[in-house]
Amino acid sequence: MYDGETVRAPYLDLAGWVSDMPPDLLDLKRAEADALFRRIGITFAVYGEGGDPERLIPFDIFPRVFTAHEWRRLERGVKQRAQALNAFLRDVYGRAEIVRAGRIPAERIFQNAAYEPAVVGIQPPRGIYSHIVGVDIVRTGPTDFFVLEDNCRTPSGVSYMLENREIMMRMFPDLFQRNRVEPVDDYPNQLRRTLMSVAPESCKGGPTVVLLTPGSLNSAYYEHSFLADQMGVELVEGQDLFVDGDHVYMRTTMGPKRVDVIYRRIDDDFLDPLCFRPDSMLGVPGLLNVYRAGNVAIASAPGAGVADDKAIYTYVPEMIRFYLGEEPVLANVPTWQCGNPDDLAYVLGNLSDLVVKEVHGSGGYGMLVGPAATREEVEAYARRIRANPSEFIAQPTLSLSTTPTYVESGLAPRHVDLRPYCLVGERIHLCAGGLTRVALREGSLVVNSSQGGGVKDTWVLAD
Amino acid sequence: MRLTVSHVTRYRYATPIRQVVQSHRLTPSRFAGQRTLDWKVEVEGGRFSQPFTDGAGDTIRTMSMHGAVEAVDIHVTGTVDTVDLVGVLKDHRECIAPGVYLRTTRATRPDAALRKLAAKAVSGIPETARLDRAHAMAAAVADGIVYAPGETHAHTTAAEALALALGVCQDHTHALIACAVSVGIPGRYVSGYLFASADGVAHEASHAWAELHIEGLGWVGFDAANRCSPDERYIRLGSGIDSVAAAPIRGVSFGRANEDLDVTVAVTAVQQ
Amino acid sequence: MTMLSRTAENLFWMTRYMERAETMARLLEVGYRIALMPSAGAGHQNDWASILAAAGGAAAFASRYGETTPATVESFLFFDRENTSSVANCISRARDNARVVRTAVTSEVWDALNGAFQDMKAFERRGPGRADLMTLCDWTKRQTALLRGAIENTQLQQDGYDFMNLGYYIERADNTARMLDVKYYVLLPVTDRVGGGIDNYQWTTLLRAMSVFRAFHWAYGGDYTPGKIAHFLILNKSCPRSLIHCAEQANYHLARLSRAYGQRTKPHQTARTMLAELADADIDAIVLSGLHEFLTDHIRRTAKLGSEIADTYLFGGG
Repeated sequence: MYDGETVRAPYLDLAGWVSDMPPDLLDLKRAEADALFRRIGITFAVYGEGGDPERLIPFDIFPRVFTAHEWRRLERGVKQRAQALNAFLRDVYGRAEIVRAGRIPAERIFQNAAYEPAVVGIQPPRGIYSHIVGVDIVRTGPTDFFVLEDNCRTPSGVSYMLENREIMMRMFPDLFQRNRVEPVDDYPNQLRRTLMSVAPESCKGGPTVVLLTPGSLNSAYYEHSFLADQMGVELVEGQDLFVDGDHVYMRTTMGPKRVDVIYRRIDDDFLDPLCFRPDSMLGVPGLLNVYRAGNVAIASAPGAGVADDKAIYTYVPEMIRFYLGEEPVLANVPTWQCGNPDDLAYVLGNLSDLVVKEVHGSGGYGMLVGPAATREEVEAYARRIRANPSEFIAQPTLSLSTTPTYVESGLAPRHVDLRPYCLVGERIHLCAGGLTRVALREGSLVVNSSQGGGVKDTWVLAD
Repeated sequence: MRLTVSHVTRYRYATPIRQVVQSHRLTPSRFAGQRTLDWKVEVEGGRFSQPFTDGAGDTIRTMSMHGAVEAVDIHVTGTVDTVDLVGVLKDHRECIAPGVYLRTTRATRPDAALRKLAAKAVSGIPETARLDRAHAMAAAVADGIVYAPGETHAHTTAAEALALALGVCQDHTHALIACAVSVGIPGRYVSGYLFASADGVAHEASHAWAELHIEGLGWVGFDAANRCSPDERYIRLGSGIDSVAAAPIRGVSFGRANEDLDVTVAVTAVQQ
Repeated sequence: MTMLSRTAENLFWMTRYMERAETMARLLEVGYRIALMPSAGAGHQNDWASILAAAGGAAAFASRYGETTPATVESFLFFDRENTSSVANCISRARDNARVVRTAVTSEVWDALNGAFQDMKAFERRGPGRADLMTLCDWTKRQTALLRGAIENTQLQQDGYDFMNLGYYIERADNTARMLDVKYYVLLPVTDRVGGGIDNYQWTTLLRAMSVFRAFHWAYGGDYTPGKIAHFLILNKSCPRSLIHCAEQANYHLARLSRAYGQRTKPHQTARTMLAELADADIDAIVLSGLHEFLTDHIRRTAKLGSEIADTYLFGGG
């Protein structure tokens, strides 16, 4: 928000709102927001972070704002990425033209653990693999956006986007009268339409959609039940579904009911013990056979994870050029693959200026933030990289933009990122908003909730 | 050669179970080396899905039984005409890139001993002579693991079998895949049937062997256990990255205590 | 209108556990009154034993506690996590059942269960013997009443509501029959020593355990006789804990389900038969042909009805 020393235009009104509000009222409002979250019982953990499933994430009452003009560019960029990622998945599970064309090395795909041989040659309904694409974006200047990573499997956090807005509207209705903010509450409805639009062709009449959860002990269970409820679909566990003949059914009080679309929030590995991990108790035996025979849609499609792998990320701009014939609207963060000897040498020589991540890590754990690390930490990390170079990637530290955030001492700039949610079905739709995560510690670049991160409401102003 | 197969698999459950769902890869592959004359897979009380073909070219069906299931009897019977193609999987339609089979699993991961076995076998053979390298490794595996039923089990890895120096066709196959992958040759597990000829050697009628991908030839079978390549005595059912992925019958196990498994297979040559 | 079998199953067990928690609290309350009796002597020990027998945990109790004192019984029936039917276990299981089907219950119903669970944890932190027994029993009955009220006032009266009620009435029929069975001998004519102080106390104990002590007077007036008490607890439709009332309610909710789903079901048939037989029954005939046998049979048939409900609805076929 800070443009040098001045506040950028979209925030002017909000800054006035805060400066006009007596500090004790602001404190009161903040406490009220916390109480509301507790009463609703919303608890949340970003995908893969683990930890206490009933933990509460700190909520910052100061919203993040995008102008309509800024958002249009982001929207173009995110949709472009979502289309390219789906085209890539269609291709690599088909003839893999991008490999034949020499644009991506074969081993990056075929030897990737997320590439599923079991679904090669299988066309999912409408050719869509990733139906919900969450793109993590940071901003480094007024017009500079970078994509940190793509989430093609089951990006979580959307319940926070919806609840944050609910709470803001309830606490500060006057703000929404003074600013024309694009609504986000249509998301569950759009998600349901997206899922219904990918029902298999053999499905007659209105498709039955279910949300498949690993169960109430999962860290994102709240989100699963929230979304199922908002969409008006059943929240099922593996034990509620079974395969008989050509179809998958759910057990209901009226007997078996055929299921046409499964929005799954469990990993490929656990979907079907007859195809993936034989010891999985969470999945549905035979489900992958029904899927491969074209009698049920699974969102995201099994195998979609190969598109959001950190080792594939580097090639997304190439995919956009190859499949869409366009230049990428949103840039990638320059990334060094330590598995590549030249890159490794550069990374080891410049560790104190770089951010290094594990290829398969998530949640901000196990990463090195060079500029903030001690010499000992840097050296210890260098040893880990040398032991297993291909497990690491490195990126430059970006001068991330900040937004005003309400902390102990009042309003202060804190670093943020953004995850908008793009739905891909019969139509492609980007929800005008998203999840803004904020690094609450001063100077920190890590926004993960497990590492002292919080969340904010995200506004897209109408024209 | 005209071969007939009679293959019965019986599962018995000490306490009846609510449902059984299995994935069957029990249909002979379609390629130039074999032609199916008739083929039936029957399960009393079982319900079959329509068959579909996966990316590896295998025909797969789902079999389900619901209610209080006490037993599952799977009867496979059929007749197949075969010809000897010296192991080459000619005219087989599949769309999985061979590069996928450079991956390893717990069962096929090469340890230092397997790498050493492979390196020693191929030393002196130029990298371009892939077929020669493959033959050399198959021979090395046959020398390294002596056929000995009952010494290994379903979960024995290639590394463990080589350390034991004992094993059955599953172990030979895993070990050959591990060796091939360690020298950059894609390898996979094939399951099928073998006609036990009257050569005095005890064969397992339900059989497994490896296929290695050879530039220019495509997939070529190597049966290290029998020191040969599959010929007209072999019927190919399907393939996978290891024995679990290539299993002709895949189900959910309910623990040894409750499940009793009994298999009888007979493959005979038809007089013509 | 239909629902996931697992959802129905959770709703069914949610209410069953809460009903059981209430039964346990009532039994504890009765035990407490007995302990206040002067010079109870051997009869005193005997009554504790029958309370434990009614609670279905006599053997487990004997092996873990030995001596029967108000403190050990309180520990066992209220706090003990090893005792599957303790109030603490019943409440946390009921809450677990609700937690996994959060979207199928209203926030008022959830609040009632979650509140009970949070209070329970506070009791547990303080440990047994800190709050007096009557307070714990009153608290339990208040929690179950809160839940019942929340269900009646806020749940949509659809299939989910029927499954909750089936849970209540199946459990209650079982509990009433068991409590009666433990004390059945005091209701037999052989032991009908009218005017005997102890016996009088035994009967009132039974009525108190069912929270229908005053109701009995309103219904029958005058003196207790074993016949009247047996009639009240078995065949009087106006008694909310009687076997016939439970059968009537189970039948009503099964009929609603049959109608809603457009199916004729086995459990509905069973409940209808049970109700018709109870409606035709005569208390003297029951006593004559064996009260114990009648109660044992009723417990068995209730269990059978429960498993028919499970087969028909809770496992969802397949």
